[in-house]
Amino acid sequence: MVAPMLSTADTKKDRWASGVTPYAEMGYFDADYEPKPTDVLAAFRITPQPGVDAVEAAAAVAGESSTATWTVVWTDRLTDHRHYQAKAYDVAAVPGREGEYIARIAYDLDLFEEGSIANMTSSIIGNVFGFKALQALRLEDLRIPPHYVKTFQGPPHGIVMEREYLDKFGRPLLGATVKPKLGLSAKNYGRVVYEALRGGLDFTKDDENINSQPFMRWRDRFLYCIEGVNRASAASGEVKGHYMNVTAATMEEMYERAEFARELGSVIIMMDLTVGYTAMQSMSHWARRNGMILHLHRAGHGTYTRQKSHGVSFRVIAKWCRLLGVDHLHAGTVVGKLEGDPAMIAGYYDTLRLDHIPENPEHGIYFDQDWASLPAVMPVASGGIHAGQMHQLLHYLGEDVVLQFGGGTIGHPMGIAAGATANRVAVEAMIQARNEGRDYAQEGPDILARAARGCPELDAALQLWRDVTFDFASTDTPDYVVTPTIA
Amino acid sequence: MRVTQGAFSFLPDLTDEQIAAQIRYALDQGWSMSVEHTDDAHPRNSYWEMWGQPWFDLTAEEAGVVLDEVRACRAAHPDEYVKLIAYDARRGRQTTALSLIVGRPAVEQRLHVQRADTHDRAVRYRLAPTR
Repeated sequence: MVAPMLSTADTKKDRWASGVTPYAEMGYFDADYEPKPTDVLAAFRITPQPGVDAVEAAAAVAGESSTATWTVVWTDRLTDHRHYQAKAYDVAAVPGREGEYIARIAYDLDLFEEGSIANMTSSIIGNVFGFKALQALRLEDLRIPPHYVKTFQGPPHGIVMEREYLDKFGRPLLGATVKPKLGLSAKNYGRVVYEALRGGLDFTKDDENINSQPFMRWRDRFLYCIEGVNRASAASGEVKGHYMNVTAATMEEMYERAEFARELGSVIIMMDLTVGYTAMQSMSHWARRNGMILHLHRAGHGTYTRQKSHGVSFRVIAKWCRLLGVDHLHAGTVVGKLEGDPAMIAGYYDTLRLDHIPENPEHGIYFDQDWASLPAVMPVASGGIHAGQMHQLLHYLGEDVVLQFGGGTIGHPMGIAAGATANRVAVEAMIQARNEGRDYAQEGPDILARAARGCPELDAALQLWRDVTFDFASTDTPDYVVTPTIA
Repeated sequence: MRVTQGAFSFLPDLTDEQIAAQIRYALDQGWSMSVEHTDDAHPRNSYWEMWGQPWFDLTAEEAGVVLDEVRACRAAHPDEYVKLIAYDARRGRQTTALSLIVGRPAVEQRLHVQRADTHDRAVRYRLAPTR
């Protein structure tokens, strides 16, 4: 074995001398590096500790998320180490945000296992977020090259196949989460499903924390829900579905629940983000094998996506979920009760639905992203939305979206089916008006009022929720805002 | 029962003028159009009978061509469902973009739920037409 050479120089240390060498000097920063088309690119928001140089901090992130450790190791010399080193190639101060920098880092494709989100996350966010030299660190965006995209099959069905399967075209899909989310017996729960679906919704949904509790075990819930689904389908001639939540403590139990949903003839199941990337990807493959639409609730994401200076942006989570393969993903409402800046949400929806997304700082998109024909994910808007906002929802979110009105259906004064009818009439009237060339975003309240003249259910909903808005400042906003044009 | 497939089944039946407006919108998007009819509007019936071939390359000014076909199909099949379909052939879509029911029988189809007990309280469902 060859012993490492010790340096005796007391000026700049030799690259291979034992001891601690700055990451930038070890090759983890290279301002001249030209990213290759096959590289995975990352944009990190870094906030170095006082006195720590931004370039060295960026190089440290590149180092710790690829080959480096805190001290020089001679075993690097047994490898083509430059190939495996991530390289920070651009570090820029963020305008208007003292002490924050955007560092762009390139990773060679060889650093990643094909088709494994678990591996990609362990590499890029595995070790760096607790780094002492940084006050805070946020992964803002990733450019995933087609060469890596092609190692995934993505959504089990995708938007096109889901619409053909459901035979529903040209309008947003409508759903509702059963409320109260906890405490109902299985038979009462199935009643809500039946009423909401026969009233006009396409889907009902288990909430993220309804799994298999003492007041209602999963198997009983599935049995009553599928009765409601089939009754409503017969009453309408439409395909209907209830997202059966198969989230459980182990993969074996998740498969058991999913297989029972399949046996009952359910068209859709769901799982929670909390189960982890490997479990989600396993469930995705199961869903493709079994012809089951797969809905994902992003439970827990707010713990790491919301704060602007630290964590992982939701657009990165959206990219990982499109790759590992889900058919539905909650992505914000703009107008509802949960966090969501309109420009940022536009970026998430584009990321899920388009095949090519150009760099767009005003939407928080740092890189061009080419999905190479990977099927699209249907975004889901859920949380504090109601029929009176239909024009805004269509304006912000478009047509390929599931609009979920939980309280806005079940809380209707005339009953659950009436609440569903109000939502369905509102969406159909708004699509009709848009297609007729009306300026629906401006004339929305008038369009709804006219539709309500022939629909007492919609009229009651508009009266009840007319003044409900959730007008709070967003915490996660783009650094670059659109300059308003003067009319 | 009212079959509520299609984009506008919760609204009052569209007038021919309202249907023409939807046709103009679809043609403006560059979509092709077709008309289909059936006496079996079961939700799993993917293949209604085609009323001729789809119409490609029409402009919005030619919306009347499609509306005339809707009327002709309705007249030929007064006891059936008639559907108007707009199709988006762009890469990434290559699927139906809009579909709406534009004709219904005077007496609508009924479906009822047939249940077969299997095991451990699990039920197999079948939706059967009972017209």
